[in-house]
Amino acid sequence: MSNRVVLVTGGNRGIGHAIATRLAAAGHQVAITSRSGEADDADGLLVVKADVTDPDSVDAAVSEVEEKLGNVEVLVSNAGITKDGLILRMSDDEFTAVVDANLTGSFRVAKRVSKGMMRGRWGRMIFISSISGLGGQPGQANYAASKAGLIGMARTFAKEFSSRGITANVVCPGPIVTDMLMELSDEQRAAFEQAVPIGRLGQPDEIAAAVEFLASESAGYITGTVLPIDGGLSMG
Amino acid sequence: MSDNFDRFKKCAVDVLSVDEAQVVPDATFESLDADSLDLVELVMALEEEFDVNVEEEELEGVNTIQAAFDLVTSKL
Repeated sequence: MSNRVVLVTGGNRGIGHAIATRLAAAGHQVAITSRSGEADDADGLLVVKADVTDPDSVDAAVSEVEEKLGNVEVLVSNAGITKDGLILRMSDDEFTAVVDANLTGSFRVAKRVSKGMMRGRWGRMIFISSISGLGGQPGQANYAASKAGLIGMARTFAKEFSSRGITANVVCPGPIVTDMLMELSDEQRAAFEQAVPIGRLGQPDEIAAAVEFLASESAGYITGTVLPIDGGLSMG
Repeated sequence: MSDNFDRFKKCAVDVLSVDEAQVVPDATFESLDADSLDLVELVMALEEEFDVNVEEEELEGVNTIQAAFDLVTSKL
């Protein structure tokens, strides 16, 4: 079982944190970014300050990881925000801000780490999208756009870097129990639970398990895929 | 000049996986089977080796070993 240098953006809480802790427990060297540079439960994790909307911040953060752990071999691009609102009430800024953090931010980080992956002729990029990006979600025109955008972008990374042993895949979580989900109303959460064929919300570790597999040596023939982990919500 | 060209050759050999003998001034990158990603990688390696910065636009029309070498040494 190999021991890889992993970077999880937005790994301080929620899905990112579950992924980081699971990969660390599996024996990888894991760094996480957070905007504050701090994380509540960072046992065994290297915490690095980064704001993915700032190219210099991204560069400094990745450089720090490279210095302390080595070139990033597995990138889990998970950092993301929401600024929900109905379309007619959503400002240009609210749209742009979410796309900049979620989509452009992912581009910045992935581009920055691709150099090291190219040198090592091995890499795993896993982009955390959302079922919102697949099917749309009222109140999330910006979020859905940013998450859908990750798919085209990830597939381009997959094609441009395929000759270097680098794969790029997308995971689409459904409704997962995290702070982000708690921002929805009780009714919205209940509606999700009703709509999900499996009949419940998902747990962050259920996303982490799939990411662990995609980051592994065994997943070397999987690239450009989109994997919904949503209790069957996006079926059909 | 020849010392710099040796360093340049080493980068090309490492990145493009070609024989040193193939890295001659008028060799085109096409003849060395270098695709666009290879070129990007080569430029990155040269930037590190010579501690220079090469902007994207400057690579326009740089199709041969000599052209690439000239571009890099012009920044030293």
